[in-house]
Amino acid sequence: MVEADPGYAGVLIAVLGGAIRVGTPFLFVSLGECLTEKSGRINLGLEANLIMGAMSGYGVAYLSGSAWLGVLVAGLTGVVLGLIHALLCQQDKVNDIAVGIAMMLFGTGLAFYLGKPFIQPVAPRLPSIELGAWSDSPVLRAALEINALFVVGVILAPLMAWFFRYARWGLLVRTVGESRDAALAMGINVNRVRLYATMGGGFLAGVGGSFLSLYYPGSWNEGLSSGQGLMAVALVIFARWNPVYCLYASLLFGGAAALGPALQSVGITWGYYLFNAAPYVLTLGIMIATSSRKQRFAGMPGEMSNI
Amino acid sequence: MSTAMPYALEAIGISKYFAGVHALDNVSIKLVEGSFHALLGENGAGKSTLVKCIMGYYQPDEGQVLFGFHQQEISSPHQALMLGIGMVYQHFTLIPNMTVAENIIMSRPQLPAIINWKKEMAALRQRMEDMPFAVSLDAPVTALSAGEKQKVEIIKQLLLDTKVLILDEPTSVLTPTEADEVLGKIKELTRGNGLSVLLITHKFREVMNFADEVTVLRKGKYSGTEKVAGTNPHKLSEMMIGRELAESSIERTQSTEQTPLLSIRDLVVSNDHGADIIEGLRMDIRGGEIVGVAGVSGNGQRELMQVFSGQRDKQAGNILVHGEQYSATREEMRRFKLHCLPEEPLKNACVANMSVADNLVFRRFDRAPFAWRRWLIKRRKIRQHAQELIERFSIKTPGTDNPVGNLSGGNVQRTVLARELADDVSVLIVANPCFGLDFAAVEDIHKLIMKARNNGAAVLLISEDLDEILKLSDRLHVISDGKLVHESTPAEADLAMIGRCMAGHGVDHDNEY
Repeated sequence: MVEADPGYAGVLIAVLGGAIRVGTPFLFVSLGECLTEKSGRINLGLEANLIMGAMSGYGVAYLSGSAWLGVLVAGLTGVVLGLIHALLCQQDKVNDIAVGIAMMLFGTGLAFYLGKPFIQPVAPRLPSIELGAWSDSPVLRAALEINALFVVGVILAPLMAWFFRYARWGLLVRTVGESRDAALAMGINVNRVRLYATMGGGFLAGVGGSFLSLYYPGSWNEGLSSGQGLMAVALVIFARWNPVYCLYASLLFGGAAALGPALQSVGITWGYYLFNAAPYVLTLGIMIATSSRKQRFAGMPGEMSNI
Repeated sequence: MSTAMPYALEAIGISKYFAGVHALDNVSIKLVEGSFHALLGENGAGKSTLVKCIMGYYQPDEGQVLFGFHQQEISSPHQALMLGIGMVYQHFTLIPNMTVAENIIMSRPQLPAIINWKKEMAALRQRMEDMPFAVSLDAPVTALSAGEKQKVEIIKQLLLDTKVLILDEPTSVLTPTEADEVLGKIKELTRGNGLSVLLITHKFREVMNFADEVTVLRKGKYSGTEKVAGTNPHKLSEMMIGRELAESSIERTQSTEQTPLLSIRDLVVSNDHGADIIEGLRMDIRGGEIVGVAGVSGNGQRELMQVFSGQRDKQAGNILVHGEQYSATREEMRRFKLHCLPEEPLKNACVANMSVADNLVFRRFDRAPFAWRRWLIKRRKIRQHAQELIERFSIKTPGTDNPVGNLSGGNVQRTVLARELADDVSVLIVANPCFGLDFAAVEDIHKLIMKARNNGAAVLLISEDLDEILKLSDRLHVISDGKLVHESTPAEADLAMIGRCMAGHGVDHDNEY
């Protein structure tokens, strides 16, 4: 039974720890996507922000010796990519999705090209908080090692929800995202609001990328991201465009992604690649379960239906 | 100093071209301070363009807008807001997923960086006491009726200390009673508070009952300004369409058909949010009969139409044609000779980027004589067919291969009419067929619908225009909240009663008014 076999408890703990560890980049990218989509624009290029963020963050951390400087530069790289995306999208007759895919291919290619020198060197890692110090179980200790960026993300999610309700800029973003016409009638500069929202979203995705290279898995290589940037789009839909739900959804996705390694750690070796595919299956499952022929997604920004 | 009447707003000699077409040609309008001024004209006469020039949406190619005594170039809607010019648009500009309070707060030109909702709500509640209408501040806009939304739009403008209020066809979604209430209250404000109002309308009744002055536009040209006290609807209609409105001459033959051709049985339909918007609708229509469904928009009419056109699944209930089940497949539409004229035909019945010829043959393109063995399309036949229909229904198009999206609204509607009415029709479902069309086009379309009826078709006419329903129907129903709440015939129609039913108040609530 479960009590008799410590392996199952170990899997559970490993999945929980993995949920946090693997979920953190999901959290940042999905918050970034959430901000962008709330303004009525979709950014599929966040995958590029993630990879460029991972590369630039790692590079700067290695060259400067400061992991946090790496995080900042990763975010700023994301801002630049967001800026390019926004400037392209606000031209007439330009499709957000096509631009997003182009940006994704461009950004990944650029990151691989510029990142070549950083594959070998070792950069400083981001600090973490040892919540498991009280336990002698190494499994538990490893699982409860919480990274500082995760804490930042946990604070950021409710803060963003607050921002959408209480800050002038939050209301502006929502107005622009709900109805371009209404916003224009109020004299709001729609393109400018979307520009800032896309840049802000880009920053968060870039930061998410730095987590990949500076903490977990914790090195720079070309196989670092496995579509987290794209899955974030599905995640935001699942989270009904609510930043706090984005946090829960990220943990769920993170947990799914941690399933394969966790099972392997207790010696279950069969179906390793199958379990590794869990997040993708989850993405597919969620898209099928939440879509309907008859009704629109609740909470969807009005302008998103025009894309 | 000028000793003339103080004008709140003057637009002088405004001209505006779109792609070489004169949308406005040297039009002037002067709005006396504290007056209620109507801007009258047919659809397409340039009313909206003029107002958009005033509001700074468009820059006029010639002419100038003066605000107060100073010549004021208005370059953006934001600047118009800052000057105290507010506008209520024909289509709602409220944000559905936000609350009334959020919508009101958002419209303020200067908003603090962090909103103290407690303080703002208290202040709003206080100011709401001076407002002509009461609305719930906490309600999400999605939960409001069309009338309530219109009131929120007006309150939104009044709370901004608007000096000039421009209303673009504000009553098109209201019941007659609601319209009178809203316009009456606004008129009071012009008397007491020095508000100046410019009302865009095509309804003579509103001009005669509420306006002090009226300016008439015809085909983008200024056709005159009159004091309402010294004019009458006949004179206005002459100014508006260049001739007096001819009495309608639509012939109606007597039908002897008794058995229902189209039956709707306990129909349940849900809306986009999954809630049942039509609950247990029952109706019978005989051949050679037009049954009108009147009501304020948003009470299930759109969804009812979509069930017939195949754009929406029904949840429960039956639609029977000749006693046989109808479920909106292409095959059934052909077999039952059921045809649809949905509202917004360009969106609901056409593919805008495909040619007029292709759109005209949608129902039959894969059958003889247009296709060989149901898969090889014969373009020449399709073009010939289009040529015939274009002549028969006088569709104005540069050619058969022109994209239908490039045609004017009236000609798009004609294209759909041609497709749906050219052959034998035994059931016809029509929704708001004349929305946004001029008088001549309306008359033509009404004739075609009546002709289908006279030839024995069962016609279901869903319309937000009560006059249209009274003119065409043999019987009429009022729909409110997805239910048929009233039945009558045009001859016996009690307009006050119909208005109450449209507003959702049945017989039992007589005392409310």
